[in-house]
Amino acid sequence: MFCIHAKGQTVLIFMGSKLKYARETDRLIQITNLSKIYHTPHQDILALDDVSLSVRRGEVFGIIGLSGAGKSTLIRCINMLEKPTRGSIMVDGQDLNALKQRELRQARQKIGMIFQQFNLLSSRNVFDNVMFPLEIAHIPPQQAQQRVAELLELVGITDKARVYPDQLSGGQKQRVGIARALANDPKILLSDEATSALDPDTTRSILKLLKDINSQLGLTILLITHDMNVIKQICDRVAVINESRIVEVGDVISIFSKPGTPTSQSFISSIINKDAPDEYISNLINRHSGSYSCLVRVSFIGASAGEPVISSMIKRHGIDANILYGNIDRVKDVPFGNLTLELIGDREAVRQSMEFLKDSGLEVEVMA
Amino acid sequence: MITAQITGWASSLMGISLGADMAWVWEKVLQATWETLYMVAIATGLSYVFGLPLGVILVTTEEGHILESKGLNRVLGTFINAVRSIPFIIFLILVIPFTRLVVGTSIGTVASMVPLTLAAIPFVARMVETSLKEIDWGLIEAALSMGASAWQVIIKVLLPEARASIVLGVAITTINLVGYSAMAGIVGGGGLGTLAYYYGYQRYEDLIMWVTVIVLIAFVQCVQMAGDKWAGKITNQRR
Ligand SMILES: Nc1ncnc2c1ncn2[C@@H]1O[C@H](COP(=O)(O)OP(=O)(O)OP(=O)(O)O)[C@@H](O)[C@H]1O
Ligand SMILES: [Mg+2]
Repeated sequence: MFCIHAKGQTVLIFMGSKLKYARETDRLIQITNLSKIYHTPHQDILALDDVSLSVRRGEVFGIIGLSGAGKSTLIRCINMLEKPTRGSIMVDGQDLNALKQRELRQARQKIGMIFQQFNLLSSRNVFDNVMFPLEIAHIPPQQAQQRVAELLELVGITDKARVYPDQLSGGQKQRVGIARALANDPKILLSDEATSALDPDTTRSILKLLKDINSQLGLTILLITHDMNVIKQICDRVAVINESRIVEVGDVISIFSKPGTPTSQSFISSIINKDAPDEYISNLINRHSGSYSCLVRVSFIGASAGEPVISSMIKRHGIDANILYGNIDRVKDVPFGNLTLELIGDREAVRQSMEFLKDSGLEVEVMA
Repeated sequence: MITAQITGWASSLMGISLGADMAWVWEKVLQATWETLYMVAIATGLSYVFGLPLGVILVTTEEGHILESKGLNRVLGTFINAVRSIPFIIFLILVIPFTRLVVGTSIGTVASMVPLTLAAIPFVARMVETSLKEIDWGLIEAALSMGASAWQVIIKVLLPEARASIVLGVAITTINLVGYSAMAGIVGGGGLGTLAYYYGYQRYEDLIMWVTVIVLIAFVQCVQMAGDKWAGKITNQRR
């Protein structure tokens, strides 16, 4: 249906792993030492402070941060809706700072963007809204109409073509927004909190649509959010931004399992409860005051979640294990979770059990 | 046609006796109404030809907007304020030389259109400015993010999105111009103003005075209703 689609697939099929490697190292967006200062009458606001970041071709890259951290500023610098104060932005090898107005407009046609507030034109129906970017690009009407029909089909709102945005639900509006953003076959889709105005179910379906577009068309997606669930559901890599700086970048799974900064930790605990309620734990400790007991938190990622590690440990070391609290989640189909265990028995046996857990590839943390 | 009208006026001013009967009143009022309509319609149209672009320039040259130009914006804003602060009755006299230059005379309906249009242009510019400012900046930004030029933003986003609001502005402008045209009528501009002045004020013809008032009320109501209806239609079509 689309040229990116066709190209991406053929290439993937015939060139296999070599291309995959090339793709992973291919930086579609390269941000270097980007700073942005807003000058206001009262003060200068440093919204971005020396940010460097690269987004690979074909990946879904998330940027998460609290309100006011500078997320919108960052994403808006990528299509030059905000002019960087310092630093460079390369998109597909093109230095956006160096472009003339006209060239910048051309470059923007290849960078799609979707918004929290959808920003659909109320004076145009769904069909004509999707037509809009094609008019801007001066695509001949006949060709444009055909393209619009394809796009509406892709996002699943063909039946709403003649309806005006005011009659659509939030989810439907965002589908139109996505269709509109894809109209000119962009290399990148930028998403500024695209699901923040939607309920959880609708959010899920929109994220699924984005993920499908990513995998079917090979479209690179850069999204910003303050919701860790969004990152968990569709991102390959994530950057954590805090007070105008990128504090952490990495694979989603590794950040989920080993958040390196307090900001990431608090984002992750916002969706994954790591700890059993306090009073619950102290009650249990008191109960076993007679024998030696130790409270540990065991974290696991991936395969080890399926293995009977705990029961092997009990059998091998002759101790008791009391499961106080547990939580399993999935990050991009990889199981991920933690258990709070109370290990009861001989002091040495408990110590050896913990070694055993570590040797089995689990993360073990002594709590009490 | 214009000379015919002026001669018509002259003869009616001299030849008609007092104690007018209903048919005569109607004839006078009808003719004057037609003149007012004609004058106001053309002045409204012309004032939009100039005022609409000026309104667009006022908005788009603002700081941070698509055609940012602080100097132009300030000059234009100041000029518009200056013109708007002159009372119309004074403005009318002030532009007489210009009117003579353009039309050849300063008396009659056609001549009245000049001060009416000139006075309405800055008013229209401000009305259009207000309408365009109601548009959510997100829409403009979305268009820019797709690579739209300033011109495309104006033609495809600003004006279509503000259509309903602009239509309401047209109704308000028209109604204002009806009022202004009456003032112009007093200094020989023709239409209902002249009629009310000569017969109602100078000759104490109460009947003509009252009929004129009723016609004006009806006219203003109709314009407002038409404006509301048209604007409503634009908005409803989108729901
Ligand atoms: N146009 C502007 N003028 C002045 N200051 C601005 C402007 N836009 C953003 N800022 C400031 O820059 C900082 C970063 O703002 P930004 O919108 O990028 O945050 P954000 O991470 O997107 O927050 P949110 O989650 O609330 O959208 C904030 O302190 C904000 O007040
Ligand atoms: Mg934001």
